[in-house]
Amino acid sequence: MSLLLLSWKNLMADKLSTLLSLILFALGVGLISLILLLNHQVEDKFEKNLAGIDLVVGAKGSPLQIILCSIFHIDFPTGNIPLKQANGLKRHPLVEKAIDLSLGDSYKGYRIVGTTPDYVNLYEGKIKEGKLWENTFDVTLGSTVAKNLELKIGDTFHGSHGYAEGMEHDEMDPFKVVGILEPNGAVLDQLILTNKESVWAVHDTHGTDPDSISIDDREITSMFLFFRNRMGNVQLPRMINENTDMQAASPAFEMARLYNMMGQGENLLKLLAIIIMVVSALSIFISLFKSLRSRKYELALMRVSGATPAWLFLLIILEGLIIAILGYVIGMILSHGGMELLSGYLTEEYRYEFTGWIFLKQEYIMFFVAIGIGLLAAIIPAILAFRTNISETLSEG
Amino acid sequence: MIRTENLNHTYDGNNTINFPDINLGKGEKMLLLGQSGCGKTTLLHLLGGLMQAKKGDITIGETRISGLSQSGLDKFRGKHIGIIFQKPHFVSALTVMENLLLTQKLGGLKSNKSEIKGLLEKLNIGHKSNSKTKNLSQGEQQRVAIARALVNQPDVILADEPTSALDDKNTEEVIALLEQQAAEYNATLIIVTHDNRLKERFQNRIEL
Repeated sequence: MSLLLLSWKNLMADKLSTLLSLILFALGVGLISLILLLNHQVEDKFEKNLAGIDLVVGAKGSPLQIILCSIFHIDFPTGNIPLKQANGLKRHPLVEKAIDLSLGDSYKGYRIVGTTPDYVNLYEGKIKEGKLWENTFDVTLGSTVAKNLELKIGDTFHGSHGYAEGMEHDEMDPFKVVGILEPNGAVLDQLILTNKESVWAVHDTHGTDPDSISIDDREITSMFLFFRNRMGNVQLPRMINENTDMQAASPAFEMARLYNMMGQGENLLKLLAIIIMVVSALSIFISLFKSLRSRKYELALMRVSGATPAWLFLLIILEGLIIAILGYVIGMILSHGGMELLSGYLTEEYRYEFTGWIFLKQEYIMFFVAIGIGLLAAIIPAILAFRTNISETLSEG
Repeated sequence: MIRTENLNHTYDGNNTINFPDINLGKGEKMLLLGQSGCGKTTLLHLLGGLMQAKKGDITIGETRISGLSQSGLDKFRGKHIGIIFQKPHFVSALTVMENLLLTQKLGGLKSNKSEIKGLLEKLNIGHKSNSKTKNLSQGEQQRVAIARALVNQPDVILADEPTSALDDKNTEEVIALLEQQAAEYNATLIIVTHDNRLKERFQNRIEL
């Protein structure tokens, strides 16, 4: 009958209060861990997808919407910008590089992006099979798209207008899969890539002759800009916003704004989790304290049988620690399992992949905090047990 | 085996009781009689090392327990003294067997299930070894208490009103078992009681 086993049996003798303490502890730990996991992965995805883009130029509208739409492919475009104006910006001396994006179509929920091979290079995308698009209506698929839609090289499909299914461009030549990218964790995985001409061609069929539209009248959705130096960040946004019909959106600035907005909700959740942890510590304390009062004869008897005060102290401390450690483990299972479940929904909703199978440094730190809370909750009952006066206790009963 | 000299105890600073000297050899038994409040329980707690004597000497075997430190007393008590209380209390989360295993551990002895099993058989409660103690009858609980007092084969067994909660039939049985087992282990037995039913059985009696 080891000390640990005895602590365990004592806890199991009052299953209901033990369960309550455990549930509270696990909820607190799980909630904090879930917040950390979500936060880490969202920021990780965001960072990865920002890929050093200095400025995104789109049609006038919400700069955050431009960022969300062009970089993360979550929101809808604010409109289109004339290619001619966009090309004008590319010639600015402070601009080192630019990447055009033409959006507007999708296939079974995955967005079709008309762009240049630079876009793939930006995210260090690698070809797994086939090749990058060359001709109009050639497409190269992100890995998730290929996997989930079970598309192979040589397969063809019709895109649909907008981002929902149901408005297929049936009358057009179909897209033809010429290549599939390796999984790389950035937004590329979720996209169907082609050239700008393909996107234009699809939309030109609405009653116009493709050749009648000159390159000057072409439009794109947005453009990524990379500057030669930091002067670009100072001069260009103002110049674009004041002198053109276009809207400049700084990813760094907009993301900071977004984090700030998310941060409010996050802080509230963290506060809630901390309150739950405090209540759970209180619950451990109260149930130990209560059980101690009904067990005072037991403790005195163990002393009679030769237990030292330190032994009783450890017995009670262990009861607190067992709840803390078990609560931590259950909380981790809840948060990581929950994250894994949630990832299916998040992937569907935002086309981003999340996983429950990563462990963060903060979670290791939380283990020690959990142990600290267990100790704190058990210390007063343990001291009372330590001070058990055998003779007095036994004379009472 | 157990010897006291000039033992007294002072309550609340002024009320002092002087206890008669006790001198019992190995395997001897004695009844300590007295009405409630005469200091019976105090004497038992002093003899059992549950309380430290402030004046006088208690010697058990070769050890002067009135001179032991608190932790020394804890260790000595677990190994050499078995105590049976008026109301049997056990670790309620544990079964009869587990309670006795714990007693062995706390006494610093190796776990020995078969020995416990044998002891429970002799006390006619072998079939209860896997029951929780709270599911036992009073008589059965008192037998488990005897088993606990005996399991570490102590030199001295102290019993504080062991029969006060029992009916005549159980009193008879419990005392008989207690005497029998104490004799088997050759342990010195001291029973503190005001139960007149026990008077006839013991020649060696001290009235407080």
